[in-house]
Amino acid sequence: MIGYMIRRVGQAIVVLIGVTIITFILLHLLPGSPVRAILGTRASPSTIKQLNAELGFNKPLYVQYGLWVWNLAHFNLGFSYKLNQPVTALIGQRLPKTLFLVGSSLILAVIIAVPLGIWSAVHRNRADDYVLTGLSFIFYSMPTFLLGILLIILFNQTLNWLPFEAPQNQTYPWTDLNGMVLPVMTLTAVTVALFSRYMRSSMLEQMIQDYVRTARAKGVSNQAILMIHVLRNALIPVITLVGLSIGGIVSGAVVTEDVFNYPGMGLLYYNAAVSDDFPTLLGFVVVVALATVIGNLVADILYAVADPRIRYV
Amino acid sequence: MSAADPTANLPLAGALPEGGEGYRSGSMWRLILAVFFENRLAIVGLGIILFMVLFSFVGPFIYRTQQVFNNPNIAHLAPSLAHPLGTDQVGYDNLGRLMLGGQSSLEVGFAAAIIAVLVGVIWGAVSGLAGGIIDTVMMRIVDAMLAIPFLVALILLGAIFTTSTLELIVVIGLVAWLVPARLVRGETLSLRVREYVQAVRVMGGSTRRVLFRHIIPNTVGVIVVNATFQVADAIIAVATLSFLGIGVPPPATNWGGELSNGLSYIYAGYWWLIYPAGLAIVLTVVAFNFVGDALRDALEVRLQRR
Repeated sequence: MIGYMIRRVGQAIVVLIGVTIITFILLHLLPGSPVRAILGTRASPSTIKQLNAELGFNKPLYVQYGLWVWNLAHFNLGFSYKLNQPVTALIGQRLPKTLFLVGSSLILAVIIAVPLGIWSAVHRNRADDYVLTGLSFIFYSMPTFLLGILLIILFNQTLNWLPFEAPQNQTYPWTDLNGMVLPVMTLTAVTVALFSRYMRSSMLEQMIQDYVRTARAKGVSNQAILMIHVLRNALIPVITLVGLSIGGIVSGAVVTEDVFNYPGMGLLYYNAAVSDDFPTLLGFVVVVALATVIGNLVADILYAVADPRIRYV
Repeated sequence: MSAADPTANLPLAGALPEGGEGYRSGSMWRLILAVFFENRLAIVGLGIILFMVLFSFVGPFIYRTQQVFNNPNIAHLAPSLAHPLGTDQVGYDNLGRLMLGGQSSLEVGFAAAIIAVLVGVIWGAVSGLAGGIIDTVMMRIVDAMLAIPFLVALILLGAIFTTSTLELIVVIGLVAWLVPARLVRGETLSLRVREYVQAVRVMGGSTRRVLFRHIIPNTVGVIVVNATFQVADAIIAVATLSFLGIGVPPPATNWGGELSNGLSYIYAGYWWLIYPAGLAIVLTVVAFNFVGDALRDALEVRLQRR
């Protein structure tokens, strides 16, 4: 087990190094140089050359990469000239807000999706299963922004119950929960659609296993088989799914934050992308990649803890 | 979503009936199709896709509208007999616009899926077949790129690259090839030790022959299922990029662009600019997901006939 964990952590570190290299190269190969982005389109070639030298952009790429990684190791993600702030500070301000949005949606999604998936699986191919599966297909197939807008139309325009915007100025979004309802609802619905489909097929897969037949032959009641034997085994792949879906949920959060103008990391990233704010883009990608890699790592390790059979693979 | 099952290429085992009712014996593909067409949702999905293709590509020949020169005099007309879905902010007929947008959405969806699958299949098959250090390096590259979420990568590339439909296709394809690469590599690992592959080797078959004649054709099941989902994802991706304002600039259009354009008038009550485009996207994506799921079920044996 320890060996497995060490190997798995080593792999994660390699992946992270790979991410930094790929992102770094990518950003430097793209048209529109960082200095051009700072100075604007009318800067003279000599000014550009001078600032390039000042900021070290004239050094070889591998030296720049080394410097960047050195700074990264000291939690220095660079300086955003567009927003005139260190990237670490920018991300630091917004991280709690995104964590709040993503975290609450994720928890709600699991709480809702697991019972729905069980219900669907138990009532397989009956009317209620068709309704649930159909709904999850629709939510799963709907672009996140469309869902957000439809919720705004329903709850703000038509019913006038909730604000159309997420809390704007509070440092802590949980002080204005009214404004958080729609963003959290949007992200939760998208996630539930994914999780409940998965939970359903995971349950179905377990329900045809031999141990279920054995338990039934021994006279265990259907209820007990389902809740004790099947559910425990069916939840194992869902652990992995939650870990693996971090990336998807971050994607959803970026869109959700845009729809509701929620000043979290996703909105920061989007604004950086449309204004060529390279240090911020790079910083966000690194933080998100770190979250994704850690998510995968935790999922894998928990999976090994929950299911001893896979440790030796 | 479930892990690729190596037995997925042997549909006979599970597709064969356990009691009584039977399929006539036939080729593997006949059986897969038989299972596929038993799924009613799959037929609905195929029907919707067919309808959308006809609507977008044949529709404009039947329902002729002016989509080149705008006419602000008839902007924002509510649906009427002359304009069944009203007109948009510059006076284009909305139904005709929807057909035009559908062409673009479907083209981008299919083309991006084809690029993603082609790159992914070759990458995955080469990696799996080569093994050793080449495999490790190729797969770590995939892992590293997968650590950047789909949409995050798309926004990064899209913000800087997308100025035309072609670039949009390439960008989506180049972000989306990672999953098929992984799937195909997994398949390849289990295929390369099969007896028939060893037999080809013993008979002196080249690596290229093994790759293109034996490994890749055997991963077709996995590839087709994944490609179906890729089309669905690409259509959503195009729509989302358009919503974020980093899609294809006008005069080019697609469903996502029309939808996000209509959303500007959400408070004006111009519902005909929002719901038709939204419905078109959702219906098409649902249809591709139906078909993909049914294909996977048809190829995956374990859940069948139980």
